[in-house]
Amino acid sequence: MSMPFYVPPEQVMKDRADFARKGIARGRSVVVVGYDRGIAFVAENPSRALHKVSEIYDRIAFAAVGRYNEFESLRVAGIRYADLRGYSYDRTDVTARALANTYAQTLGAVFTQESKPFEIEIVVAEVGADSDADQIFRLTYDGSVADEHGFVAMGGASDAAEERLETAWRPGMTLGEVLRLAVDVLAAGENGERRALDAGQLEVAVLDRDRPRRSFRRIVGPLLSRLLGEARETTDTPADALGTPPAGSPGAGTVADPRDETPGPGDGSPADGSPDDSAAGPDAH
Amino acid sequence: MTDSLPGRSRRLDDAFLSAGSSSFTEFVSSYRPELLPAGRRLPSGSSIEAPHGTTIVSLLFDGGVVMAGDRRATMGNIIANRDMEKVFAADDYSVVGIAGTAGIAIELVRLYQVELEHYEKIEGAIMSLEGKANRLASMIRGNLALAMQGLTVVPTYAGFDLESATGRIYSYDVTGGCYIEGGHHSTGSGSVFARGALKKLWRPGLEEQQAVSVAIEALYDAADDDSATGGPDLGRQIWPTVAVVDHAGARFVAKDVLEGHVERVVAARRDNPGGAR
Repeated sequence: MSMPFYVPPEQVMKDRADFARKGIARGRSVVVVGYDRGIAFVAENPSRALHKVSEIYDRIAFAAVGRYNEFESLRVAGIRYADLRGYSYDRTDVTARALANTYAQTLGAVFTQESKPFEIEIVVAEVGADSDADQIFRLTYDGSVADEHGFVAMGGASDAAEERLETAWRPGMTLGEVLRLAVDVLAAGENGERRALDAGQLEVAVLDRDRPRRSFRRIVGPLLSRLLGEARETTDTPADALGTPPAGSPGAGTVADPRDETPGPGDGSPADGSPDDSAAGPDAH
Repeated sequence: MTDSLPGRSRRLDDAFLSAGSSSFTEFVSSYRPELLPAGRRLPSGSSIEAPHGTTIVSLLFDGGVVMAGDRRATMGNIIANRDMEKVFAADDYSVVGIAGTAGIAIELVRLYQVELEHYEKIEGAIMSLEGKANRLASMIRGNLALAMQGLTVVPTYAGFDLESATGRIYSYDVTGGCYIEGGHHSTGSGSVFARGALKKLWRPGLEEQQAVSVAIEALYDAADDDSATGGPDLGRQIWPTVAVVDHAGARFVAKDVLEGHVERVVAARRDNPGGAR
């Protein structure tokens, strides 16, 4: 019987982590960012059919980068998990925290036990009654969980993207502002050059806190172009745009939101405090 | 989630991660069959008395469909519930009304709602109306064993077909047969009397408000002659549940609007018990 060479566990884990990180870094990025009325998900994704962002439950959504088949199976598992839990208990008993924990266990088990770790990074976000109650969990390939505050960038060049978000993001931004910020972050190339990103290359969705029950909506077409283009034209609320009727397939969660640019009443409250204080919640890591 | 290895107990089971169908019912029946109405074993040969829901009427109008149900549940000669809801939104573009054993029917509707939403989330698209009607049929079929012991559920399904831009009504029998209805349909113990009223009052091209009125007239007639169907209760302010589905989606008629309709119907029947004609 031949003896394999001894490889220290540190080396095994490091190799696996490097492997997963390389796979993730090859893909396009996703930015998840909070705004005054909810949480926005912006992915660079030219495909209209293969989504990186998806609805999980009433107030919970999912975003991922990396290998499609791997995060797709986790996405479907998350929907099954949430629907089963909501069916056997109650709709209010489905929480992002429980789902993130379950995902973390799964990712961690695959990382240590399977022959190849998942080459993915995911975000599970839940919109709360106000922006302080929003929850954004970031899960990495090895099963570690981080309770993030305000924004997350994943995928290739995510460190640079996070730095840009760190300086530019503040609580209480409007949807238009965070979308333009996210696109600005995604368009930054690796060595300083900038790529042009238009609405056709983006997958954008929101968890809208003001919607009853299912809060997930995709933002597509004219509304998206308008939200992205506003900075260049005018800062006024586009009055003619308000009350746009639901687009093509309303049931599939595509809707024009008339309230996107109107600042909320609790907008930019001075008592916001340091955003980093709350980042280390009891459930982190 | 059960798993034999310690330390892995919270991990998602393979059942969750497996590539499979986008049907919630199929997933639950393979993973936790005891959660489904059809997954339960009953002692054979016995029957129990349980609350029954009664009359549902549905009718097409120009641009959509109206479904209405009375509010009474009965158990033998006892009124088990005066203000129960029997018409539910199945998803954004359809409603389902139930007659039969109330407990099983409500459970079935809950499961059906999750089924449609589950498909929509996994596939990223809404199921066709025909597909949704067939899913309901297969769930009724799964209930056949319970139906044989007297726990029957007979729903009516109505929705707005986004492709043809018309309302549609599907009726069911206890074995899961699914039939598309033209014009109008009624089900439940008072359905015979409601059907008579619908036959006389319904015509093609009704407007929405007229259709709501016709539905209330039909339920009134059902309650008039069937003791298990509840009439409008002016004293307790209990009105029928009325849902409208059109191109804008499914919605329930507001209480104050219903009150107006019901009061008109009741007033018109003073000294004229036959009602509108």
